[in-house]
Amino acid sequence: MDEEDGAWLNFRRIFVLQTMFTEQEQNELSLLIKRYEKPQAALLPVLWRIQEKQGWIDQDGMQEAAKICGVPKSHVLGVVSFYTMFFEKPMGRHHVQVCTNVSCMIRGGEKIYDTMKECLGIGHLERTPDGLFSLEEVECMGACGGAPMIAVGERFFEKVTAEDAAAVVQQIRNTGTVPAPIETVQLPELTNL
Amino acid sequence: MKIILPDIPNLRDIDVYVKNGGYGATLLKAFSMRPEAVTDEVKKSGLRGRGGAAFPTGLKWTFMPKGSDRKKFLLINGDESEPGSFKDRQIFEFNPHQMIEGILLASYAMQVSHAYVYIRGEYAHWIRMVEKALADAYSRGFVGDRMRETFKPAGEGVPYSVDITVHKGAGAYIVGEESALMNSLEGERGYPRIKPPFPANFGLWGYPTTINNVETIANIPPIMQMGAEAYAKIGEPKHPGTLLLGVSGHVNRPGVYEVPSGTLLTDMIYNYAQGVPGNKKIKLVIPGGSSMPPLRGDSLEGVKMDAESLKAVGSSIGTGGIMVMDEDTDIVKVLQRISKFYWHESCGQCTPCREGTGWLHKILKRINAGEGSKADVELLEDVAKNIEGRTICALGEAAAWPVKFTVQRFPEEFAQKVSNEPHDQVKLNKVHALRAGGLEPVEIHVPLVVRK
Ligand SMILES: Cc1cc2nc3c(=O)[nH]c(=O)nc-3n(C[C@H](O)[C@H](O)[C@H](O)COP(=O)(O)O)c2cc1C
Ligand code: SF4
Ligand code: FES
Repeated sequence: MDEEDGAWLNFRRIFVLQTMFTEQEQNELSLLIKRYEKPQAALLPVLWRIQEKQGWIDQDGMQEAAKICGVPKSHVLGVVSFYTMFFEKPMGRHHVQVCTNVSCMIRGGEKIYDTMKECLGIGHLERTPDGLFSLEEVECMGACGGAPMIAVGERFFEKVTAEDAAAVVQQIRNTGTVPAPIETVQLPELTNL
Repeated sequence: MKIILPDIPNLRDIDVYVKNGGYGATLLKAFSMRPEAVTDEVKKSGLRGRGGAAFPTGLKWTFMPKGSDRKKFLLINGDESEPGSFKDRQIFEFNPHQMIEGILLASYAMQVSHAYVYIRGEYAHWIRMVEKALADAYSRGFVGDRMRETFKPAGEGVPYSVDITVHKGAGAYIVGEESALMNSLEGERGYPRIKPPFPANFGLWGYPTTINNVETIANIPPIMQMGAEAYAKIGEPKHPGTLLLGVSGHVNRPGVYEVPSGTLLTDMIYNYAQGVPGNKKIKLVIPGGSSMPPLRGDSLEGVKMDAESLKAVGSSIGTGGIMVMDEDTDIVKVLQRISKFYWHESCGQCTPCREGTGWLHKILKRINAGEGSKADVELLEDVAKNIEGRTICALGEAAAWPVKFTVQRFPEEFAQKVSNEPHDQVKLNKVHALRAGGLEPVEIHVPLVVRK
């Protein structure tokens, strides 16, 4: 890419970037922003939507979030890097999380993590070459009563053994099934502002 | 006695909830009182916060400026990230409407205009459950502008309505700290703020704000329903009500159990959670989530689960997450894992916390690897002492306490790690039998996804 191209891309990013949100989504976003005193408070929800759309948050995504929430892009970068659930690089379609915090650890969480590393052939916050899986050693997920646990995406699998965990991965490999989607709920209409 | 998670199937369903008296007489009764009278009732009930510090809830509410001329906010803390805690999740899953009703009551008492429920992002599934419950409550006119028609004030009540918004977190334990929670909601990094000013004066966007835990708020409807006096009689007088205690680790039936405060710790472990696998003895119990001082297995007799009783035995109720570790557990390794957590979660604003937590983890790692010395154990205590009380927020203490008290209470474990000489094992507790009759073990916690 020559210099001019780069400059143009930059210009496009800053000034004429096509929004990634459909008109309906934009309307939803403006409703969402009204639920807060300042648009900046919608930053986390906006970033969530961007991550849901593309799996991670890239430079364009940050630029867009910055524009929507009226903050500098540097601020968005600071926020994205602060929270562990926002990804600054592409992750697998199925993000496997293994808890190794105390309640899980003393019931075999570390063994499960080792099994997952071996089974997927990747380490902490890495992605398989086919892009199907990524792995993360996570802190307590609030499922200690079901320890040891793993989560695939949003879905929790509790009281698992290392074999169970491997079976979950194998099932995804075989069937390609995304863990059953959970019904989404529309934001209630805002009435009180 | 179960007032937060009663055994009613499908209580999450708004129809079931309404059929069981939800969004009805209790709200009407409260909305016919002066707002301050509701606060007084909560004050009289003796309710103390369930988010960790056990601060009297009614008293906290009185810190808010009176009247409705200034915008005010209520922020519900559902960040629940303390290792060992998984109780608020049960409320989201099994009784979200009671939390919403609690928010309506609290909002009325303090005349707030908008309430936010901040839930950790890992609970995506449970967030949907709460959003569904909230959408249903909106559509029935129980929340939002239409409240004014649904609940016509009588007596001394004032017309009132409030909006509620669910806000999804994105993974950061420190955000559970109340001032960090506000920063996070405002779209900042989750850095704790220096206090004062306190939230009741300068909270969300600079407006007066009250922060309460999910379980705390879910206690408000029962208080208003049965009256403060009846509520104050439940459990221990100095910390009344029922507690949602999560039992995890080496027990046969881990789960969240709702029990009157003051229930014996041994009853939690042996009756509710059905004892330790293999009938092993217990080496260590953390009674309130991983940042609370651990108790030795041989000092569990007679310990009651409430703020004052636990304080008396040198620990704290915290979030009520009971972690049980059997006689074969490597305590130093557990402590290393705990230290790794606080090191990972330190936001890095204060030097003692940022550097100290790293040091604690590093030293413990060395000791665990068999490369430690006696001086290292002393160094641990020293570093912990230098974090405590020198930081912006209580994460400093949360990191220091487990280290300080584990070193103090399990010296033989450390001695063993740093020398080759044999040492006496920890004197262990006795194994309790399941107590006959009386206590009916009831498991509330139902794993969301059962394997295969
Ligand atoms: C590091 C840290 C983490 C915390 N995490 C939580 C949490 O996850 N949930 C919670 O309710 N309170 C948490 N707290 C306590 C809150 O700061 C606050 O005291 C509490 O939400 C107040 O609610 P309550 O009065 O109803 O207990 C945390 C405190 C600290 C210092
Ligand atoms: S004590 Fe630790 S977590 Fe709390 S503000 Fe200071 S550096 Fe951040
Ligand atoms: S320790 Fe693993 S979920 Fe809590």
